[in-house]
Amino acid sequence: MTQKVHPYIPNMVPKVQEEMLKVIGAKNIMELYSCIPDELKLKENMNIPPALTEYELRRHIEGILNKNTSTKEYLNFLGAGCWQHFIPAVCDEINQRSEFLTAYAGEPYEDHGRFHALFEYQSLVAELVDMDVVNVPTFDWGQAAATSIRMAARITGKKKVLLTKTTAPERRDIIINYGTPDLQFEFVHFDVKTGAMDLKDLKAKLTEDVAALYFENPSYLGFIEEQGPEISKLLKGNQSLMVVGVDPISLGVMAPPSHYGADIICGDLQPLGMHMNFSGGQAGFIATRDEVKFVQEFPSRLFGIVPTVKEGEYGFGDVYYDRTSFALREEGKESVGTQTALWGITAGVYLALLGPDGMYEVGQAIMQNSQYAVQRLNQIPNITGSCLNSPFFKEFVVDFNHTGLSVEELNKRLLEKKIFGGKDLSNEFPEFGQSALYCVTEVHTKEDIDHLVQSIKEVIEK
Amino acid sequence: MQRITRTNKTRDFHQAKWNEPIIFELHQPGEKGVELPPVNKEVALAVGDGISVIPEAMQRKGRLGLPEIGQARVLRHYVRLSQETLGSDFNVEIGQGTCTMKYIPKINELLIRDPKMMELHPLQNEETVQGMLEIFHKLDLCMREISGMDCFSFQPGSGTQALFAMASIVRKYHESRGEGDQRNEIITTIFSHPSQAATAAVKGYKIITLHPDEDGFPDIDKLKAAVSERTAGFVVANPEDTGIFNPRIKEFTDIVHQAGGLCFYDQANANGLLGITRAKEAGFDMCFFNLHKTFAAPHMCGGPATGALGVIAKLKEFLPAPIVEHRDGKYSLQYDLEQSIGKVRSFHGVAQTVLRAYAWIRALGAEGLKEVAKIAVLNNNYMYHKVLAIRGASAPYVKGHRLEQVRYSWEQMTKETGVTTEDVTRRMTDFGLHYWTSHHPYIVKQPFTLEPTESYSKEDLDEYIHALEQISKEAYENPEIVKSAPHNSTIHKMDEQDFLDHPDKWCITWRSYLKKTAVVEAAK
Repeated sequence: MTQKVHPYIPNMVPKVQEEMLKVIGAKNIMELYSCIPDELKLKENMNIPPALTEYELRRHIEGILNKNTSTKEYLNFLGAGCWQHFIPAVCDEINQRSEFLTAYAGEPYEDHGRFHALFEYQSLVAELVDMDVVNVPTFDWGQAAATSIRMAARITGKKKVLLTKTTAPERRDIIINYGTPDLQFEFVHFDVKTGAMDLKDLKAKLTEDVAALYFENPSYLGFIEEQGPEISKLLKGNQSLMVVGVDPISLGVMAPPSHYGADIICGDLQPLGMHMNFSGGQAGFIATRDEVKFVQEFPSRLFGIVPTVKEGEYGFGDVYYDRTSFALREEGKESVGTQTALWGITAGVYLALLGPDGMYEVGQAIMQNSQYAVQRLNQIPNITGSCLNSPFFKEFVVDFNHTGLSVEELNKRLLEKKIFGGKDLSNEFPEFGQSALYCVTEVHTKEDIDHLVQSIKEVIEK
Repeated sequence: MQRITRTNKTRDFHQAKWNEPIIFELHQPGEKGVELPPVNKEVALAVGDGISVIPEAMQRKGRLGLPEIGQARVLRHYVRLSQETLGSDFNVEIGQGTCTMKYIPKINELLIRDPKMMELHPLQNEETVQGMLEIFHKLDLCMREISGMDCFSFQPGSGTQALFAMASIVRKYHESRGEGDQRNEIITTIFSHPSQAATAAVKGYKIITLHPDEDGFPDIDKLKAAVSERTAGFVVANPEDTGIFNPRIKEFTDIVHQAGGLCFYDQANANGLLGITRAKEAGFDMCFFNLHKTFAAPHMCGGPATGALGVIAKLKEFLPAPIVEHRDGKYSLQYDLEQSIGKVRSFHGVAQTVLRAYAWIRALGAEGLKEVAKIAVLNNNYMYHKVLAIRGASAPYVKGHRLEQVRYSWEQMTKETGVTTEDVTRRMTDFGLHYWTSHHPYIVKQPFTLEPTESYSKEDLDEYIHALEQISKEAYENPEIVKSAPHNSTIHKMDEQDFLDHPDKWCITWRSYLKKTAVVEAAK
């Protein structure tokens, strides 16, 4: 029997192969592998199951996926770095366009639209953060923060970096691995009652050799850090830079960090139109002022606008390409490569759809819903809806210490009621004991929140 | 009705040209792109406006400078921009060598949009994501077969991030043996991707770059001279970006191992090797594959993507956490890795791409994967013979067969006509084709790198070859047409001057453009 021709491999057709081999002057395909010594050639067949047809494949994969339960089926209150938000259908329509989906590294001529859309994304995020330079997106918030910090170290020529202890643990791990061994990290304490940064501790640690301080606002624990201006003053007096991580969906109602002295802003684009995708929706951005000392330190691509030889046409290209590792290998700034460009385009679509009013409304809706949830949770005996007594954005730490139940047990029982309870913080922040980080956004209805509260009540009272 | 004659060897093409404004120019006050879910009245009554609790210094003052645009106009704008983008679904994407632009199966795109994939939160209880973890694990098993490695992490978000993770593991490994400070050098080769050197430098390593011998092979004598008690690791692609396979690779890894270093393998160029030869037999301790290249996940304008990172057993505990374990019929996330480098990307990486790669492997099976490799090599060698016959084109270094790609040169054509490889890039656009020069530095003069993959038919390859022949002909007969290209693109040749490199002139955002051009306008 002759071998079947696979639909993905047209030149398996024997007659075509013969013609091609004739051109090459080889008897068979294996002859083309003569450069690989026999001892390196794989002798046995790989233990991979035989090919499935398209229909069989669909049945097989759907069968596996059916073992999952998604946030469409259960009510979800998990956030902690990946958040459930409303996604306009146009965002999906655009990022599923076959042109954008399958493009890669084309030139500004055949891929004009890709450059144009990413320039617009940069420009739209620039309005959110009120800064003039935004990069083509990097992997995620953690990487954006890690790179922002390395940029700050290069700009200042200093090696010590301060992080607040409330930095998201995952991001902290990314930052530390990315900065090691060049940088030294120290942690600034926080007030366990409010979450706010301990400025006394900051002053003590703010030695001459500090390149930058990194903190997040709203923070990983959800609270709003209100001491931005004071922190900025301390840093400026020490010639240290202020790097602030931010949730961009908060910026319709919250001040961008540039308004309270941030030199570099970073964050995650996932809230702006990306499905959670089991963490595949993450994308990081970095923003700075338009000053050479900042621009020259970006490892990322930065698309700029240029004229063409024909009046009336916009062209786009890479700004200051000669700083990148593409141009200079190990002498370039860190490294650049495939990151998350499609999510940048999508975030641009999201911001264009929402406009100024939409961004204000979504921020307000999130704050109203989350405050309502805390208010209702506070009505349950032995529970504190938000154990930090400072304002928060969409996440808050719920204190279950007086319920006699661990968060693990409680979440198990909530699962039986088809609810994904908040993230267990007992390992990450033992100072809060049995507490969980809950996330409430514009997607949660009053009924959803009431159902959560009623369910927690039932679990505790049982 | 008469027969319509079609004789063009090259395609009579014109790229979409919509001359779209910048999105801010579409601003029409009062228009709206989408409505948000409303806040319940009782909720608003209970908590008030929600935002006055924000401390004064943290309140946003003034209105955001975003445009206001109706939904249909936003859609039309972006659909038009998409049409001005030449995705691999549209063109014979052979010109982006080293990037393995292959057919992206539509079934996989349909599967990743299943809400049971798309709407999963990464921190859900493991019981509720058993299907997702099963896919991670099963892909891990397939990748082990393909590479001979013992465990895979899918956390890295690209090849570059996988290279960075490997450099991190090298450092952690030597530190765990008390040699962290002593072993401060990583050796690579000039025909390997720039990220190999760049990411190792981020991890604090001094980079030693080996240049090829006269046949284009990494020079073994130079490696012998480079290794020492300072060697932390050796990173290389094989074949390198020239498409030349180094048959002595096992000797290379032996030399590095004898010096106490680790060997890690950039398998970005693996498409011709599936089922043929593996990282393990060549003596590597780690390797990575780009799921968005060899394993048919789309490139998405440059990510999100996955660099699947495989290690031998003794390095498993160094991997970024978590990894997926399978025990007693249950899948779980293992966070407890004693020497873990920590994290390189949040949570579990790009799960959609993991699913796509798994689906692609299952659509091919073991035999199909080997066919992929064989046909990719057949296609490449066919092109190789055809391209070498084009006036002004050559392929430096060793004669004979190459694997899945070739780095060619237009050096002769440039000398004889003044037409450069950059000119060819723009002219190829006119035929509806993408063509890329090569990574810097241009060791091969006037370079271009073609990688035809298994996805293209002989007819497709011939179309690409005809376009190159046509441009060579033009270069020798009427070079101006090439130099002034593109002629059928969305835009004309850019007037770059120093608009992209001068701080007073570069405009990275629209607001910056408005500010900088206002100064120029005022001065007029």
